[in-house]
Amino acid sequence: MDLADLKAGRLSAADYASNFADAHPPLNRPQALIEAERCYYCYDAPCQTACPTGIDIPTFIQRVAQDNVRGAAEAILTANPLGGMCARVCPTEVLCEQACVRNTNESKPVEIGLLQRYAVEGYLAHPGKPLFTRATPTGRRVAVVGAGPAGLAAAHGLAVHGHDVTLFDANAKLGGLNEYGLATYKVAGGFAQKEVDWLLSIGGITPRLNCRLGRDITLDGLLTEYDAVFLGLGLAGVNALGIAEPELPGLQSSYRDAVDFIAELRQSEPSQVAVGRQVVVIGGGMTAVDAAVQSKLLGAEQVTMVYRRGIDGLSASTHEQHWAQTNGVTIRCWARPLAVEAEGGVLTGMRFAATKLEGGKLVDTGEQFTLKADLVLRAIGQTFDAAPAGAAIELQSGRIKTDDDGRTSLARVWAGGDCRAGGKDLTVEAVEHGKRAALSIHTALTGVAHG
Amino acid sequence: MADLSTNFLGIKSPNPFWLASAPPTDKEINVRRAFEAGWGGVVWKTLGEDPPVVNVNGPRYATLWSQDRRVIGFNNIELISDRPLQTNLDEIRRVKRDFPDRAMIVSLMVPVNEASWKAILARVADTGADGVELNFGCPHGMSERGMGSAVGQVPEYIQQVTEWCKTHTKLPVIVKLTPNITDVRFPARAAHAGGADAVSLINTINSIMGVDLDTMVMSPSTDGQGSHGGYCGQAVKPIALNMVAEIARDPATAGLPLSGIGGITTWRDAAEFIAMGCGTVQVCTAAMVYGFKIVQDLCSGLSNFMDEKGYTSLDDFRGRAVPTVKNWNQLNLNHVDKAVINQDSCIQCGRCHIVCEDTSHQAIFATKDGQRHFHVNDAECVGCNLCVSICPVPGTITMRALQPGETDARTGRVIDGSYANWTTHPNNPMSTSCS
Repeated sequence: MDLADLKAGRLSAADYASNFADAHPPLNRPQALIEAERCYYCYDAPCQTACPTGIDIPTFIQRVAQDNVRGAAEAILTANPLGGMCARVCPTEVLCEQACVRNTNESKPVEIGLLQRYAVEGYLAHPGKPLFTRATPTGRRVAVVGAGPAGLAAAHGLAVHGHDVTLFDANAKLGGLNEYGLATYKVAGGFAQKEVDWLLSIGGITPRLNCRLGRDITLDGLLTEYDAVFLGLGLAGVNALGIAEPELPGLQSSYRDAVDFIAELRQSEPSQVAVGRQVVVIGGGMTAVDAAVQSKLLGAEQVTMVYRRGIDGLSASTHEQHWAQTNGVTIRCWARPLAVEAEGGVLTGMRFAATKLEGGKLVDTGEQFTLKADLVLRAIGQTFDAAPAGAAIELQSGRIKTDDDGRTSLARVWAGGDCRAGGKDLTVEAVEHGKRAALSIHTALTGVAHG
Repeated sequence: MADLSTNFLGIKSPNPFWLASAPPTDKEINVRRAFEAGWGGVVWKTLGEDPPVVNVNGPRYATLWSQDRRVIGFNNIELISDRPLQTNLDEIRRVKRDFPDRAMIVSLMVPVNEASWKAILARVADTGADGVELNFGCPHGMSERGMGSAVGQVPEYIQQVTEWCKTHTKLPVIVKLTPNITDVRFPARAAHAGGADAVSLINTINSIMGVDLDTMVMSPSTDGQGSHGGYCGQAVKPIALNMVAEIARDPATAGLPLSGIGGITTWRDAAEFIAMGCGTVQVCTAAMVYGFKIVQDLCSGLSNFMDEKGYTSLDDFRGRAVPTVKNWNQLNLNHVDKAVINQDSCIQCGRCHIVCEDTSHQAIFATKDGQRHFHVNDAECVGCNLCVSICPVPGTITMRALQPGETDARTGRVIDGSYANWTTHPNNPMSTSCS
């Protein structure tokens, strides 16, 4: 039976190349020098306070201005070993750049993200001698489970202090969301793996890929073999829409999770990824935007993001919303999915119920409508899958409960990143979790205070 | 609209903006373009004796840039005109004939002997030029040959050559002074004593722009070697303005006409030199940075400023600032200023706080009720103006003078409005009155 009008190769090779190129091209040297000059070198800089990893932003920008790219990179990477990826994916418009004092008179902050990218990538292009050297090996062994931003930051921090790290990940490549979960145009040039390679160059980190907690290894087993464990498990589960989903042949490819669609795009040539002519994306977060925009860039004619509440409720930032709209995505609010529509066993669309707020509660208005679709992507959020870590670890709101340093309820077990309760699901926050947990583990293992 | 015309030593020009003797006035094509753009006058690039000098065929200029490549300072190692004397004289005659309303001054530099000066002055007079400027300032190349600043650094030579020139020409004689001396009043007095009709200043300042850290060669360099050059541009304006003021307020030279030179880039710079006593101003670097059209912006700004202030002619404010320039020992030690931060326009960068805290008087608080908030602690503020200087938002930090009856929170003294300076201060062992 025919599938919906879902196919790869809708565009020319040139269109794929330009559509999936760097969304925000890096600054060249003259641009960086001019932009760096705009930094006022604030005292107790608000941008630094706004950065979850506390990068000394005035210092790194001053070094860029003085043409000292290596020194700039050192200032960044000391505070944030994934400063390169964060420069590309941080929502700077709500973090450092929102805090920039230039906003007051100009509504145009210093382009901190682009300058950070200039510094880190300029350094990585000509790294020279290592920026960080490993302390004398301590003989202590730490298992880091999950090689996403939190796990990578933890592994790097632990390795710097001389501990031996085994870095487990269920996937075939290191990087976690950096490798599988971000839109291709955000990480052009294979940057995720370049950054991983640099992080591992410190030494003392042994990757173990295709190794899944709960299947290939267990927490108890790790605690037997290692002195400490850091869990950077991410969010392995996907929220269900909570509607009846018919058994249709081929439904798997025309009605799928946005995270899988995004991962497929990262692991394939865009020209190999199938997309419909009409795409509906359900959800209002960054994942929804990444999926919707990339659908458009793959050649879909009509892409609609549907969100059940009003525009103010979208978790995608205003910047991300504008990015979606600029790329031709329609954002439709106040509608919740009701049913998958099909004809002759083929997906034809999604039926929605219009919603409104009534007394603070979201209710149906009674109106319904159908959006035609050959492809429906679900992006209504991910959940922490607690099972692999075992029942003993204490949770809070469905994620792992920790103290500020990432200590869990279990002795010798730390956790960080999206699997840790109380966060905002930001890459830069995950890095800070990993960085702090590494220091905490180091202190616990050696009895030496942070240093 | 304000009248910008000048009559300097009897030389009239439609505005006070003259191009200084330098590459922009090197030859006819440049000077014609300058006059067409609106310059009030030119000082033709310095003429010397034949055979002409030879310039290097490599970098003659080097630059001090801001981060975004704005030119802050500029230096050069060009010599005087490297074209035959007669070529220059023919061109001067033609241009003056075609632009009779513009000032045409000819800069001169020949060896220190009377015959040389007499000979060249006669040839210049034939061109119809309006005056001569004696180049006693060039600090590179020519000075090694006993000319330029080598003359300008010896007051006796200045006086001698000036006397020769006054003897051998009827044209007004302007003596251009070098800043590469310890006290500019001495060469100015010498020029005055020699009969100079005016002095112009400053010429350029000895300088080396930098070192190429890859090759470890100074810049600018010619085939791996360099030589100090003359520094000019915006960065030298304060030095020039001080030297102009020193001459303007020196009783020995008071009233000597002045042509101000040194980093004049905007109409404000020009107005400041005029307020410090200058009859005309000379510009070079700004033209070399922006092209000749800049003169239209200079005239527009100066004219609008004068209209706004009610000045109908340059004479209305010429020299007005001179009486305010004093020796330090005349400053009123009873006067007290305090910094004030306008909280409405403060952008909270905190630079005022950190520089005051680190390098001055710990007089700016960084928080208020636990919040980021920058405000002045009058009990520590000495009114030094550092915060005003580094604040990136114009007008946000200002100085307020304490009024009679107010108490200085730092010293506990009540301001009584009286004047008292160092000469009478009890801490001064040399004070004239300790009572």
